[in-house]
Formats: sequence, C-alpha cells, structure tokens
Amino acid sequence: MPMRKKADVVIIGGGIVGTAVARELARFKLDITLVEQHPDLSMGTTKANSAILHAGFDAAVGTLKAKLNVRGNELYRAWQEELGLDIKLIGSLVVATDEEGLLVLEQLHERGRQNGVPGLVLLSREAVLEREPHLTPATLGALFAPTGGIMDPFGVTLAFAENAVRNGVEVLTECKVEQVEVSDDEVVGVHTSQGFIEARYIINAAGVHADDISRSANDHSFAIHPRKGEYMLLDKSVGNFVRSVIFPTPSKVSKGIVIAPTVHHNTFVGPNALAIDDKEDLSTTAEGLAAIVAGAKSLVPGVPLNAAITQFAGLRAVADGDDFVIRPATGVRGLIHAAGIQSPGLTAAPAIAEMVVDILRSEGLSLHAKIDFCPENPARALFRDQEAPEKQKLIAENPLYGRVICRCEMVTEGDILDAIHRPCGARTLDGVKRRTRAGMGRCQGGFCGPRVTSILSRELKIPIPAVRKDTAGSFLFFDKIRGTHEVKDHE
Amino acid sequence: MNEKHYDVVVIGGGPAGLAAALSASEQGAARVLVIERDRELGGILQQCIHNGFGLHRFDTELTGPGYAERYIKMVKATPSIDVLLDTMVVDLMPDKTVLAINSVEGLQKITCPAIVLAMGCRERTRGAIRIPGTRPAGVLTAGAAQRMVNMEGYIPGKKVVILGSGDIGLIMARRMTLEGAKVLAVFEIMPHSSGLTRNVVQCLEDFNIPLHLSHTVTAIHGRERITGLTYAAVDENLRPLPGTEKYLACDCLLLSVGLIPENELSREIGLNMDALTGGPVVNQERETSLPGFFAAGNVVHVHDLVDFVSEEGDIAGRFAAHLAQGQTNVGAQEFSVTPGHGVRTVVPQKIKIDVKDPGTAKLYLRVAEPQRKITLSVSSGGMTLLEKRFPVAKPGEMIVLELDASQLEKVVGDVIVEIKR
Repeated sequence: MPMRKKADVVIIGGGIVGTAVARELARFKLDITLVEQHPDLSMGTTKANSAILHAGFDAAVGTLKAKLNVRGNELYRAWQEELGLDIKLIGSLVVATDEEGLLVLEQLHERGRQNGVPGLVLLSREAVLEREPHLTPATLGALFAPTGGIMDPFGVTLAFAENAVRNGVEVLTECKVEQVEVSDDEVVGVHTSQGFIEARYIINAAGVHADDISRSANDHSFAIHPRKGEYMLLDKSVGNFVRSVIFPTPSKVSKGIVIAPTVHHNTFVGPNALAIDDKEDLSTTAEGLAAIVAGAKSLVPGVPLNAAITQFAGLRAVADGDDFVIRPATGVRGLIHAAGIQSPGLTAAPAIAEMVVDILRSEGLSLHAKIDFCPENPARALFRDQEAPEKQKLIAENPLYGRVICRCEMVTEGDILDAIHRPCGARTLDGVKRRTRAGMGRCQGGFCGPRVTSILSRELKIPIPAVRKDTAGSFLFFDKIRGTHEVKDHE
Repeated sequence: MNEKHYDVVVIGGGPAGLAAALSASEQGAARVLVIERDRELGGILQQCIHNGFGLHRFDTELTGPGYAERYIKMVKATPSIDVLLDTMVVDLMPDKTVLAINSVEGLQKITCPAIVLAMGCRERTRGAIRIPGTRPAGVLTAGAAQRMVNMEGYIPGKKVVILGSGDIGLIMARRMTLEGAKVLAVFEIMPHSSGLTRNVVQCLEDFNIPLHLSHTVTAIHGRERITGLTYAAVDENLRPLPGTEKYLACDCLLLSVGLIPENELSREIGLNMDALTGGPVVNQERETSLPGFFAAGNVVHVHDLVDFVSEEGDIAGRFAAHLAQGQTNVGAQEFSVTPGHGVRTVVPQKIKIDVKDPGTAKLYLRVAEPQRKITLSVSSGGMTLLEKRFPVAKPGEMIVLELDASQLEKVVGDVIVEIKR
C-alpha cells in the first residue's frame, strides 16, 4: 500500500546540499521530508570528490561560487564543534612551476582578496619547498591559503542529516522521485517510488539529476552536463608525503590534478576532468588513471603510486553557464533549485542552505524558529580514537567493543552496531564502511567483508542474500545453487 | 589494566603460530601464550576444506581443518600453552610489551622475553592492481569468497571468472564448479601459473576450465552487480595489447593476484624488511633484526605448502624458547644470504655461524621463472658450497636446499644462491 503523506517542504536529494538544507530548515517549525533514491545518504557527487575545504580564491569575482565558497568555509569552521565535523585546516598551496604560473598566482591572490578570502600569502620557492620538500624542484613559488583544508564529505553529510533527524526532519531512503506534480503553475507534491507526498515547497538538490527533476515540473531553464573526475587513493603507509592540499596552477575546466592528505591519513591524487553524457558512469579508465598519475608526478615526482589501494570516479554536476543555479524555478511556484553544484559545492553547502532558506522566505513560506532546536549531535566515538581508559570503559559497558572486526582500521563490532542503529543508520556494506572505515584499509574488506555482511544480516534481520554493497540492487551473495538449508543460530 | 608475563608469546594461531607454541613448549618454555584474533585456532586452514595438506608433515593427505585439528589437539593437550581467542594485538613495542584487547578482559598488557610473529598474509586487492571500470558488487578476493562459500554457505556468483592463477584462485575455480556455478575462465597475466602444478591439473584441467596465460582483465562492467568484463592479451612487459580486447559476460570476478605478508606490527617496531619477500629479514633461527623477535610462516614469506609453514614455526618456537631460557650462542658471526641469477627470493636472509658448532641450515627459495634442467648453486666468497640439479623449477613451488655443518664451516662471506648459467 503506497503511502500518501503531507509535508511543508520536501527536499529531493540526500547529498551534502540536501542534508545541509534539511538541517537549516530544521531550525523552524516545519514538517520536512528529505527523500533519497539510494539506500544511503551521500551516494552521488558527495560520495566521490576531492573532499577539500576550498579557501575561495578560484571562482570569478561576483559569482555565486565565489560568494558561497567563502561563506561556506566560515560556516564549517563555526559548526565544526557543535556537529563534530571532521575538518582539518591544513592549508592549501597552488604551486607554480613556470613564469606564466607565477603570474597566475598573482591573479589568484588578487581574486582571493576581492572574494574576501582571509590570510592569503604568496610564498617564495624556498618557503614552499621547506613546507613541502617532496614538491618538484621546478617549483618557483606558491599561493598559500590558511583556510584551505580537508574534510570527510560523507561524515559531514551524515552529521547534517543526523542533526536534522534529531530535530524532527524525516529522511526516507530508497525513495526515488518520479515526478514533481504541478497544478496551475504551482507545486502540489512529488510522486515517489514510495507514493505521493503532498507539499507546496520542493527543494531540488538532486545533483546530476537536478535537470530531470526540473523538467518533470516543466521547467526547462537549465541542463546538467556531468563532468567525470577519476581518483587514486594511496595507503596510510605513505604517511605525510604532503602536508597541505597541493594544486597546480588551474586550467580552464578544472583546478587540475591535486595531491592531498585525507582526514583519514591516506593520500589521494586526482581528479582529471572529462565531459560525459551518462549520469551513472562512474567507471575509471586506464587513460584517466594514466593522466592523473602524470599530473601528480609533475607536481611531486616521487609520489609512491605503488601504495595505491583503490581507484574511483565521481561526477561534477556542471550547469550551463558554469555557476551554481540557486533560485526559484522558472514558471513554477514552490520549486527551488539548488543545482549545478560542482566544485566548490562541498565547501559552499552550508551557505547554499542559508540562501535556500532566504529564498523560501521570500517565496512566502512562513518561518518560525523552533525554541527547542538542538544544534548538537551526541559525540560519535569510534573505539580506535579513544584513550586506553575510555577503551576499557567502552568494553566494560559493551563487550562487543572488545571484538575487532576490521583489523586494518581497528573497527570493533560495537562501532559497527552503533553505525547501524544510529539515526540514518547504515543499511549496506559500504554504509558501514563509510561510517566506521571497516573495509577501507589496505585489505579493502578482504577480511572483514564477510564478517560485516553477517552482522548486517543479523542486525537488520534480513537473509545474507539480501545484504547489499551500496545501491538498491547491489546484492553480494546468493544462496547455494544446490538447494538451501536452514541453519539454526545458536548464539 | 590486566598484566601478564610469559616466556614466549606467539602472535597468530594459524599453522605457524601453533607449531611455534608447541615447539617452544617442547624446548622448555614454561609459559607460552598464543594470541588469535579469530574465534578459533587454525587460521586460514579452517576455510580450506579441500584436501592436500600434510603429505610431508603427517605422511597423509588431510583437509585444511583436519590438519589444523591435529595441531589444535596437541596444543590443548599441552598445559604450558595458554590460548587467547577473539583477541587482537593492538600495539607491539620494541621492549616486547604486547597490548591486546578482547571482549572478556578488555585491554591487557603482556610482557615476555621472546615473541614469535605469526600473523600470516593477506590477499592483494583490485585497487592494488588498478583494474579500471566500475565498482559493482560481485568482485572480491578469492579468499573472501572461500570463507563465504565454505564457512557461511553462500556463493558470490553463478557465472564466475577468476583473475590470477594463485593457489587460492585455482582451488576456488574447482570449489565454485562443485557448488554448481559455471567457471568461465581463469586469466593469468604471467606466461606461467603462479600456483602449484597439482592445482592447475586437479582444479582446472580436470574440470575443463580454460586457463588463459598472458591475459588480464582490463575493465570491469556493471553498475550494481558486475555484468561482464573486458580481457586482453598482454605483451612481454605485461601491458595489454591493443586490438586483443574481448568482452565476457559474467556475474562474479574472483581475484587471486598475490598474497602480501601481514607485517604492520613488524613495521611498527622497526624490523628490517626484505622488499622481495615482503616479510622481515630473518636468520636460520628465524630471529629478526630485533633481538627477541622471531617470525614464522607466511608473515616471513608466502609458502606453497602448509607443511613448510609448520616447519618454520618449529624453528622459530625452538629458538624463542632457547632465548627465553637464556641460551644464546654469543660467538656466532652473521652473514647475508642473497638471491643471485634466476632466483627471486631466499629465506633466511641471514645465517649466523658459530664455528664451534655450525649446525645445519635450510634455505627456502623461489625461482624467478619456470625452467627445466637447472643446477642451483650456493656459494660464499667465490667458493661453491653446494650444487644441486633439478629437472624442473617453477616460481609457484618452493625449493629447499640444506647446508650441513661441513658446508657452513666454509662460509667466509656473504652467501649467494643462484641458478648456474
């Protein structure tokens, strides 16, 4: 029986933008439903990107990108503590290796000043190489941004979503929007795979699919042109090969091949930039990987690429005109786009959310602050991050914290159960992985994969063949072909 | 925090660790502890339900669990050996302090004069070999699939392709066939299999499963589950040959592309490592570069037969026990053992020789590529110590050479093991 329900606002898309909007709207007395087509949040563009907190000197002066990047960077720093966000302000460097590059640095420096980026400074060759000794000897200088940094996009998305849920927002996963229903040029609701949701305001944060959502409401005012980027992730054993986020001087289509640490102590290189037609194409290619290897080597010749543990690709949701599309829909009242969110969208997301709230207000939605809004999430304590006495205490309270399931990343069964049973909990193998890092280490789940699969089966009360990797149909195992048998659980 | 003291602590309760514990106990170590992270002893043997284990050790053919059970029974019958199951070593210090956790006792601190590292190895992954394409469900290492099929009772696919002809891949080709799946092909990038000959015959040829040598998988297709893959022939530099790409529909890809000794703990305490084996540098007593730390089994170098793993555990356990009881041959001089022409790896990488009592030493080596009618030579300072002829030598099969006291006496400098040109 499909549901029929009602909300004041429906947010389409559970990525960084949709969840940031949900959390901002949760400050007000509203019924809010966020719908996500996949079994977990953060499954689109938010899942695979450079995970960089951009300082804000790249985007052209006066663009939404420029304005929202700088504001978003500020907001992340302001919210870091209350939401327990995994952000590290390690600083970023744009490195010039020729005279032309030095001119670009000066332009970026000036642009950054106009965009309002704090603390930018041009570094001499010696100062750069002292900071980053592995950089190419061809280095001539760099632009240093102290507010540049790195973050965990999935963790941040989850923190936004969890806080939204704790403040009354409803999150529906595996709920795919089929069509936005419009009557007399006004939004009246959305048809989803789980039924109709009546709503007068809809936020379109559907990433690479935002233009499809828009068209379903008869608004053909923009199109999304996915641009693929491929990445390579290196093992933690590489250590502090680089300490900052390192960019080459930028090209017209992208900021170039970056090398940077991740908040989880790995190192990554990438991305390239390739315009594609297929919105689901997350394949990596030998040519693409060769291009990022070449790009990385031109900046840091000794980058230990033999420590690669995985490759992946992500899609940038590029709109016509190249700037963000954050505005009411054309010709339809009640539909607000937060679309075309490519880089620096991750950094801009909190500011995008603020802007969406302002648009809703001017579109006639009454916003009354909730006095009992709680901006904090309870601390999410992973076992491995605790000091010895806290570890003892955790095991004493719950012995499952003493059972290590993922040995590469030291993830215990207690951590995994918490990841499954928290608000917006894990429903898939990759969901557990992204919440706890189980399976993200050097053995890439070779050891813990079968064990986590069994735990998911037990906790979600589903058979093993119903456990999935990440997407709705990504089943991992089958019953044996020669007939199945009941196995009694003796535990 | 709970604190304990032992004479010998063995990290890992697989075949190397069990043999080391037994041997340490037989050699007089009064208190021996085995720390195992899984719920039972036996290590990876427990999921190896096929036969072929124990021909050297027990003179009979056993299954993996059968082989493990013999050792587990002996360990349980030895009162001086304690076992901690479901327990993970979280920290190891150069002063031989071990920090471990489990559900029952929480964090605990264990001190001892001698430690045997027996952590085994792990499988190389898709990421390490950089196969392009999508990242769907249905792509997993052969060992993970083996656990799921043999211990949990589920299969990872019904139309299976295997990349790599390591022993686990070969064994899984047969297992998946016996479970009713269709194994379409095994691709091996090298011009020869990296597994045992008997496994190529018994697991592929007997089931008409094609082995494509000098071929590799160049792309994985499918969004949610794998739907197919592209494979291609490779040139002598192992690069895919343009124009030879073909598509093959499948719903599962198992990877058997190499094993890597599990040495995170060894690196933490700064042991000297051998870049070729991936394990710590050891001498013939299996002592590492840090006194009091011994190592045995696949953590030192990946073995072909469990029998040799047990043998190495014996050695490490024996000398760990001697050290714990204060016996050391202080007058000994140490020499390097290095692989020369045609030899890829040699263990031990060091030999220490006490001229008053040189003893014997076994060298375990692997050749770089398959060859017929070779003579292996062991020499030191230009003098040949030993020459031995072999009708066939394959990289997948370990070769053992034994040096006796009269040969060891003649060692005057570094020892080189090579194929005679």
